[in-house]
Amino acid sequence: MATVAHAAGAARVRAKPSKLHREQVFWAYVFLLPWIIGLIVFVSGPILFSLGLSFFNYTLGSEASFVGLDNWIKAFTQDELFWPTILRTFVYTAVVVPLSVFGALLVAILLNQRLRGTTVYRTVFFMPHLAPTVAAIFIWLWLLNPQYGLINEIIFQIGYHLTGTGFKGPGWFGDPAWALPSLMLVALWAAVGGNMMVIFLAGLQGIPQELYEAASIDGANSRSRFWHVTVPMISPTLFFNSVLACIVAFQTFEVAFIGTRGGPAYATWLYGLHIYQTSFQFFDMGYGATLAWILFIALSFFTFLQFRSFRNWVYYAGDAR
Amino acid sequence: MAQGAATLPREATSPRTMRKPRRKVGALLRRYGLHLIAIMIGIVLMLPFYWAVISSLKLGTEVREIPLLWWPRVAQWSNYADIWNVRFFPLWVWNSIFLTVVATTGTVVSSSLAGFAFARFQFPGKNLLFTLTLATLLLPAYVLLIPNFMLFWKLGWLNTYLPLTVPFWFGQAFFIFLFRQFFMTIPIELDEAARIDGASYPRIFWSIVLPLSAPAFATAAIIEGINQWNSFLRPLIVLNQPETYPLSVGLRYFVVNPGDNLPKDHLLMAAAVFMTIPVIVIFFVGQRAFVRGVVMSGIKG
Repeated sequence: MATVAHAAGAARVRAKPSKLHREQVFWAYVFLLPWIIGLIVFVSGPILFSLGLSFFNYTLGSEASFVGLDNWIKAFTQDELFWPTILRTFVYTAVVVPLSVFGALLVAILLNQRLRGTTVYRTVFFMPHLAPTVAAIFIWLWLLNPQYGLINEIIFQIGYHLTGTGFKGPGWFGDPAWALPSLMLVALWAAVGGNMMVIFLAGLQGIPQELYEAASIDGANSRSRFWHVTVPMISPTLFFNSVLACIVAFQTFEVAFIGTRGGPAYATWLYGLHIYQTSFQFFDMGYGATLAWILFIALSFFTFLQFRSFRNWVYYAGDAR
Repeated sequence: MAQGAATLPREATSPRTMRKPRRKVGALLRRYGLHLIAIMIGIVLMLPFYWAVISSLKLGTEVREIPLLWWPRVAQWSNYADIWNVRFFPLWVWNSIFLTVVATTGTVVSSSLAGFAFARFQFPGKNLLFTLTLATLLLPAYVLLIPNFMLFWKLGWLNTYLPLTVPFWFGQAFFIFLFRQFFMTIPIELDEAARIDGASYPRIFWSIVLPLSAPAFATAAIIEGINQWNSFLRPLIVLNQPETYPLSVGLRYFVVNPGDNLPKDHLLMAAAVFMTIPVIVIFFVGQRAFVRGVVMSGIKG
């Protein structure tokens, strides 16, 4: 009898957390309900839908017809803008990401020197990142105006003071050779003091001071302290920032759309513009979805590569690996 | 300074006291050099703002004057009154405010609920769902934009504000993650004590977690508020009636549609500055919360 009572008691003890658990499960799903609906209706549903859409010829409002892989083949073999656009977007990314990531790191290192007035510097450096992209582009268009912009005036004045005749500045957004560099300039301006810099700064402040002291005692000069203490310790942050910066750079749209409309002579026709024009100006949804999926696959692959190289150069302090 | 003072005793006991003054001069030079670099970076980064503000205060006839004017002869503050007469500018400002407030509120409410569930509950499928949530952070926007656009079209939502507000009431991965990270720093013992006192989970969320999470809510509201205020692509594809545009899309009309043929650059610059000011003000008000949020999402990511 005693054992039965004991068993019943144990069962009751066990039943109690299970009731608690049931209640937790119930409330978890209640709290998550909006997000689960959002995930299905606005995220995962649309992803699958757009994959399916890429196998159809479908212009908004007309009949859809199944075309198999035609859209995919078209992108790689028939669309004359496709490869140049991919290349251009790669060039843009390959320039903007390293420069902005290392620029942000250098600025963060500068701000980590415990200079008087660091708060003021940090706020000033962060300001470009705060300017709404649209407003920033219009400001830069005007700043880089070949005739009436401040930059070409400065270039002219420098020439005037050095040689007696003014230097002629480039045509910036209006010159096919300079248009893409102009967009890069705007992106760099917004990025070097922005979120990445703030994240780096926090990472730098998390490096234990003893490491630097130990390195100094071992005779490391400031350069080797940077490469052998700062860089390894900051590498997880470096990695995080690089991955996100690539994802953002690949999708660049506003700067190219407002700044140059992709021109002159397609000089700034980035991949985002190609998708935009296909989907939202020609309303060719099938092909637009294909282009979007190619971007998705390329980005996933690229991120995967970054994660694979991750193990080789990212160092986690306190990690057993 | 404190560092220098701390190393002083060691230097004094060291036999090479001869080097001390030179090293101090070197440190001083280095310090001034760093200030110089910082100031120069600051000037370069501020240049566009300088040029925008200066241009916005010039007369319409001064903006394209050669040689360039580095300073307006008389600051034309009236330009900031004149922009309100350009096209639908007052409407654009109002639309932007409305969309920003509604969408931001939705994001904060729905994301904090989901963040709470991930931080506090054990339930089947939690890991899978959380991984999915993080994975959506890496999705390119276009993959979603095209089918979402078709959905809005099917629902007859194009040219309304529904596509620009409703989806934001269903959570966003970044903010869910942000809230989860913050809620996990609140001791769970507080919840347990409240449970013993008979509080329900919604009650715990409302009266215990919420009051302790003001910084997280401020951070999310500021970041999403700025995102919404700057939002361009979505309204661009969804709306096609100029009077319904938010400011970000309407700004183009200062260039695209000058009306007469006079240069309107001073007004465009005034409008651009006008659009930037609220962002900077909000940033200054919530700077600490904002920086903490960026750091929290970045470091622990």
